[in-house]
Amino acid sequence: MTRSLSQCVIKLHEEHHDLEDYQGGVPRWCNGCGDNAILAAMQRLCSDENLAPENTVFVSGIGCSSRLPHYMKTYGFHGIHGRAFPVAEGIKMARPDLNVFVSTGDGDCCSIGAAHWIHALRYNMNLTVMLHDNHVYGLTKKQASPTSPRGFKSNTTPYGATLEPMNPLTVSLGVQGASFIAQAVDWIPEVLYDIMRAAFRHRGFSFVRVLQRCPEFMPKAFDPWLHDPQKTMLLTHRDGLQLSAGLSSTYRNQREHDPINIDRAREIASLEDPIPVGILYRNPDAPCYEDLRHAGQMRSPEYIRAGLNRELDKYTVWPDDEAATRRVA
Amino acid sequence: MNDTLTLTPPAATRTPRPAQPIAEHIVEVISDSGEGAQRCGQSLAAIAARMGNGIWTTEIIPAEIQPPARSVAGASGIRIRIGSERVTNGGDQTDLVVAFNEQVLIGRVQADELKPGATILLESMWSEHRDAAIVASYAKTVAALKRDGFKVYEVPLEARCKELVSDPRKGKNMFVLGILCNLYGLDAALAREQIARIFGKKDAKVITSNVALYEAGAAWAEANLDFKYRIPAQRSNQAQVVINGNTAVALGVMASGMDICAMYPITPATSVSHYLSEVFEKVGGLVHQAEDEIAACAFAIGASYAGKCAVTVTSGPGYSLKQEAIGLAVMAEIPLVVVNVQRGGPSTGQPTKVEQGDALAAIFGSHGDAPKVVMAPCSIEDCFYSVITARKIAETFGMVVVVLSDASLSTAQQPFPRPEFSEDWLAPPVDQTPVPAGGKPYDWDPVTGLSRRFQPGQPGGMHTLTGLAHDRASKVAYDPTINEEGLRARSLKLAALQKTLKAPPVFGGNDGDLLLVGWGSTMGAIEEAVTRLRAEGLAVSSMHLRFLQPMPSGIREILKRFKYVMTIEGNWSDKPEDELIDEDNRRYSALAMMLRSRFLVDIDCWSEARGQPIKPGDICRVARDALQLKGKTS
Repeated sequence: MTRSLSQCVIKLHEEHHDLEDYQGGVPRWCNGCGDNAILAAMQRLCSDENLAPENTVFVSGIGCSSRLPHYMKTYGFHGIHGRAFPVAEGIKMARPDLNVFVSTGDGDCCSIGAAHWIHALRYNMNLTVMLHDNHVYGLTKKQASPTSPRGFKSNTTPYGATLEPMNPLTVSLGVQGASFIAQAVDWIPEVLYDIMRAAFRHRGFSFVRVLQRCPEFMPKAFDPWLHDPQKTMLLTHRDGLQLSAGLSSTYRNQREHDPINIDRAREIASLEDPIPVGILYRNPDAPCYEDLRHAGQMRSPEYIRAGLNRELDKYTVWPDDEAATRRVA
Repeated sequence: MNDTLTLTPPAATRTPRPAQPIAEHIVEVISDSGEGAQRCGQSLAAIAARMGNGIWTTEIIPAEIQPPARSVAGASGIRIRIGSERVTNGGDQTDLVVAFNEQVLIGRVQADELKPGATILLESMWSEHRDAAIVASYAKTVAALKRDGFKVYEVPLEARCKELVSDPRKGKNMFVLGILCNLYGLDAALAREQIARIFGKKDAKVITSNVALYEAGAAWAEANLDFKYRIPAQRSNQAQVVINGNTAVALGVMASGMDICAMYPITPATSVSHYLSEVFEKVGGLVHQAEDEIAACAFAIGASYAGKCAVTVTSGPGYSLKQEAIGLAVMAEIPLVVVNVQRGGPSTGQPTKVEQGDALAAIFGSHGDAPKVVMAPCSIEDCFYSVITARKIAETFGMVVVVLSDASLSTAQQPFPRPEFSEDWLAPPVDQTPVPAGGKPYDWDPVTGLSRRFQPGQPGGMHTLTGLAHDRASKVAYDPTINEEGLRARSLKLAALQKTLKAPPVFGGNDGDLLLVGWGSTMGAIEEAVTRLRAEGLAVSSMHLRFLQPMPSGIREILKRFKYVMTIEGNWSDKPEDELIDEDNRRYSALAMMLRSRFLVDIDCWSEARGQPIKPGDICRVARDALQLKGKTS
């Protein structure tokens, strides 16, 4: 018979893991890069949630964002450009007991991997996704990305980007099956951590867009928001963010938003100024693809033998088939 | 009912027909698309196989799903070759054809698919059609066919079926099955069983009415046709299964113990996934229809990385799309089975037609040096076992194994001994034991290049797998010596596998004047040609490769024993007679090119890429010409 793989894993003792247990190689991102803030939040999250490093996988594609797995001391899968989602889905399907995170960028997710992104939202597998959105291609040295602002001068758009930027939040909220959509910013680490924790705890595809500074190629892009807290609107709710007193006094622009309300979520997602930060949408009841498909079953050889023989029976001509004797001579 | 069109007198005035014994016959049932000719032919083949006859079916498929009715290019149907002995290919020309209209028949005649003097059973209703143009076309065709020496029998198919069912267009395929079973003396009880099986999912009324159609057809043939055949059958004392190549691949996936198949719909591979979707979940497996071919491959890679080796099933264009992901699996040494049911290419090419055009893409595909294992099943039985072997090699060597089936194998039915399941076929459980301190995820063996892979869940094995060049610890390496160490290890694994492969057997004689070399689905046709040529006294043999990469040892010695070697392949090669083609620019067929470069032997090739299975008669002609040419020059 079949049974789930996670049922077969015996925890002999609960181990406690410190922050160091998750710290891999020294990050080679630029000084001041927002990726460092995301990495710090993830290491803290793994430690606080006490995730066994051997049961945790960070999957990524290609780009600055996708170096993150190298700096974790868990399992990591640094694959190919744009394909982090299907790789992560395959891992989750084979091993639903693993904690699977996806680290992707605005090029990796919203451009070359856009088809996979849309369908990953649909599948709603239990994955925690951080979209490192710095509005620019960094690893290949300053080309416009789908989220670059119009007019942005880059090596491929020397006269300014011609198109309006894509809004990953509204796109995500337009997909049937989406179950957790949030936005964070690298310069408010406390909120970034809280959102990532909520994302991890949500059972389903948790998509967090993290606005992230690129000091090298987009140095001033987020300055207005850094200088004026009023331009950031924090979404609060008893089922969402709960702000510390310190944060509340700095970021006074707050809005109560129930993350189950998708229509309101879509409205908020469209805002450009102020930008919303918090959990826009969360539906804890959306079914996960791996559950619908009964992932992670273990099969005994006898079970496979029986199934195979059942199929072969349908196509078998037996030597003692009585029809043999009835054969027309 | 108006029977004036039938040429034979009523049954009452005739004595029972004696059955003429024959060794084999090639039968075709052709129609417009959607008239059930294929179901009729598949059933005929299954019944004959159950009686112990050798069979091979070849589907005749128009490229369009619904080509215009009554069109020369729209011929849809099936060829069934029935023999006393084992049948390994579709043969040359048809002995008897049942045609549902004269236009599709013209298509087959023009393609030279009918034997001179072949018997034709032609639906006669067109002679009374209200459209005068159709009546004229029908009469003209019948007259022309008779003039050309064909034996034409006009059969009131729909007219007779109308007496039994309301929609005779849908039912006449079973009427035809009745005619054919009567003509070849096939067992009526087996036929009824077969009908019950194909309509098993529908209600009993459907089965009853189709059995009635079958019986009416048989009775009509008994009463109206003046000939009958008997193809002696020899029942095997072993249980046999009768399936096509795609079903065999799907059953192979089940039998290999793989858990996950990720795919995207593509002709002619899709029926593997159709069948697998129906049965795989019942044994705890899973078919994932991904959003595209790239995702299907990446999904399989992710599943394989964290669990047992996974499989992705595709055809030409999908295979092209998967290249980058395949390169990742090669670089990261993730086991992966890729089944490519080849079709005509490049680009969209000929989606429903056979071609062996992907050998070089399979061997060399993906940028950089990306060594992969490439296997080519050469019979239906092989389709089943290849997948099991592929899974095992993939997992043992941490490699990508490409299985090159093709459109011909995909739909061809052939009986083979029923596989007896063995636990050795299955993948071992996923290794979750702790990794000893200091263990490295790519601890390449200096001789074989092999290393033990670490999988998520294994304590102490944590590392970041990467498509970047990496060292033994999976750390990104830009150091030139480290890059070469990885390239060497991945390449050595092919050599390690190669050392385990046996030399391919030689069919015919151990030495001689001409050796034909083939791979994949052409084996049956090539070996039949060799048998015929040897019967003519020619010293011709053949060798068939199941492994294209790596190539087994011993081939060099075999090649030396023959004066002349040529490959026979279903792909493109430049024709030496073309004005611009000379020895310096001629592009050889895939296998010929591989053999020439590896063994430095002057190997010729003959190939065709007409989208049809290669026929034994054509191979005979090519071989005779080659021997004659060689005789003149030497």
